Amino acid sequence: MQFWLIQSMNSLALGGLLFLLSAGFSLIFGLMRIPNLAHGALFMLGTYVAISLMQLQLPFWLAAVLSGLAVGVLGSILERFILRRLAGNERGQVLVTLGFAFIIADFCLMTWTGDPIAVQAPDALRRPIVLAGMMFPAYRIAVLVISVVFAGLLYALVERTKIGAMIRAGVDDMEMARSVGIRVSHLFTLVFFLGAALAGIGGVLGGPILSAYPGLDAEMLPLALVVVVLGGIGSLAGAFLGSFVIAAIYNFGTALFPDLAYVILFLPMVITLVVRPQGLFGRAAS
Amino acid sequence: MINLRRRTVLALGGCAVAVPMIGRAEANPIRIGFLTIRTGQMASAGTQFEQGFHAFLKARRNKLAGRPVEVFAVDTTNTPSVARSKTQELVESRKCHVLVGPISAFEALAIDDYIKQNEVPTIGTGAADDLTQRRANPWFVRATSSASQCSHPIADYALKELKLKRIVTIGEDNAYGYEQVGGLQRVFEAGGGKVIQKLWAPTASPDYATYISSISNNADAIFLGLAGPNGFRFLRQAAEYGLRSRMQVFGGMNAIDEPFLRNMGDEAIGLVSGSWYTARLDTPENQNLVRDLEADYQVDAGTYAASAHTSMSLLEAALSSIGGKVEDRNALMHALRNTPISRSARGAFRIDALGNVVGDVYIRRVEKKSGKLMNSVIKTYPNVSQFWTYSAADFLKNPTYSRTFPPSPNLEH
Repeated sequence: MQFWLIQSMNSLALGGLLFLLSAGFSLIFGLMRIPNLAHGALFMLGTYVAISLMQLQLPFWLAAVLSGLAVGVLGSILERFILRRLAGNERGQVLVTLGFAFIIADFCLMTWTGDPIAVQAPDALRRPIVLAGMMFPAYRIAVLVISVVFAGLLYALVERTKIGAMIRAGVDDMEMARSVGIRVSHLFTLVFFLGAALAGIGGVLGGPILSAYPGLDAEMLPLALVVVVLGGIGSLAGAFLGSFVIAAIYNFGTALFPDLAYVILFLPMVITLVVRPQGLFGRAAS
Repeated sequence: MINLRRRTVLALGGCAVAVPMIGRAEANPIRIGFLTIRTGQMASAGTQFEQGFHAFLKARRNKLAGRPVEVFAVDTTNTPSVARSKTQELVESRKCHVLVGPISAFEALAIDDYIKQNEVPTIGTGAADDLTQRRANPWFVRATSSASQCSHPIADYALKELKLKRIVTIGEDNAYGYEQVGGLQRVFEAGGGKVIQKLWAPTASPDYATYISSISNNADAIFLGLAGPNGFRFLRQAAEYGLRSRMQVFGGMNAIDEPFLRNMGDEAIGLVSGSWYTARLDTPENQNLVRDLEADYQVDAGTYAASAHTSMSLLEAALSSIGGKVEDRNALMHALRNTPISRSARGAFRIDALGNVVGDVYIRRVEKKSGKLMNSVIKTYPNVSQFWTYSAADFLKNPTYSRTFPPSPNLEH
């Protein structure tokens, strides 16, 4: 009983973190038709920037917001000044994002050295709380709550605002969106800002759990990819559900079948690609 | 794709390190191929490895046995295939006389055949047991530790001094993890202890929560067979889950390393581990190393810095004993294996018949002194061999430590 309870809690907390990681990835992928391979690096950069801000005695939450904004601005610069020059050349754009992933990773290595750095959770959340006779980290529960709030806000933005409607139009049919007068290029910059900022904030919020270390980027990117393939490209609901499904599979899978720890994450992705290539919430290619 | 980056840059960087030739025309430089890691998870280890190496050469004004030294550094990216091709480059195009590195066990295994066929003297730190055991390579020596070498004494200490009886182990799901945990289990169970649960985590595991939640409640302690950032992350996450209020935590040779302590909180205080090195050793060579790293790089010396430094002490002593004639490979290899080392960062040591170090292993406990966390020595096991107290012949009759050896009769989970 306790096993199921605590592993369920673990799954929910990890799912929350995965959502913060993959929501931005999914939005960018959906609108721009390219996987942003720098997403893991932006996530890691978010963690590192927040570490520096916290060394300046800024409180954790402020550091998270500022770091998210900074990474978002970097993302929009990347889109506006580099990716846009390669418009129409999707292969080139993917390679550029990969190049940026390397540049950011090396920049982090130079600036923050290769030693892993711990991120302290806010004081109030540092002690484990006791739930039904077992200890569970308060901070992970906070991450879950925050990710649900973010999911709500993003849903409202995409489904209930004009900008959201324009983004959805761009995802569904870019040519048509253009022909009815939507400045899709502005949307690109905006979505890149939003996606990168989400990655950055995810990196900060993940910091107290994962720490910052070289290689964090390369470990997070495949997770985003797995979630988005399962959930469906460009779908927020897909990213949300996908995150929790993947987290549950990861936690219960490694706990129950430890020998399969390596493949367990990728099995659902492979099965999805075979059975329902558009993902749970994606639209079939027209 | 990741493996491709930096190659060219590094090759050039290697040349740039070349030392200006001084004086005598006949003094051709000793060409050292240096295999480090500058990419990914192990970049931190690689950085320390380089710092320890350069601190050693700088203190000797880039000379060994009276001859200038030329260094060719390459980034293996912690990938066996890259380590292999870089080794070939160092030997065939750079004409290196001797190799220092690679760092990781699977990299060392990847170049094993090559250095044997091409007769390249290599001072490696890759810990794979069999490199100096069942598949001993005549061209390979190791001055640091085999994977299981430090696990035997920490198991002895856990039984006799920590009085642990029932423990859980967690190790990386690779040969390095199996050998560390296997060595521990063998000695711990031979002395009457019980390993009641064994957990194996993939080498890259960002989140250990699943494993931490699965740890049995009926254990006295958990042993960490995790290296570098993995040990660091596990300890952080274990603190989140309040694991240490349930049981003791103790670790293998690089689970709790000095460079990581700098970035850890007070949750590290009291952690016990067994290793062949700690920055707190008061050997003169170690004091130099610690001081130089602090002065030149503002970092604390850790196991990986000491790995390179100690390997170079071995090389220097061997070269001195043959008058610096690095070109005579057979003489150099003979000297590497037969020169007792009286001064090195880790203390005095010698190399056994199969090429592995026989030296002191230290039991360390993390303490906070003047605001700084450090590994203080609480017990020294002198002259520990890779075969522990067993005879080499008996030891080698057993299979290599693995997931299934030694067998685990006491598992409850």
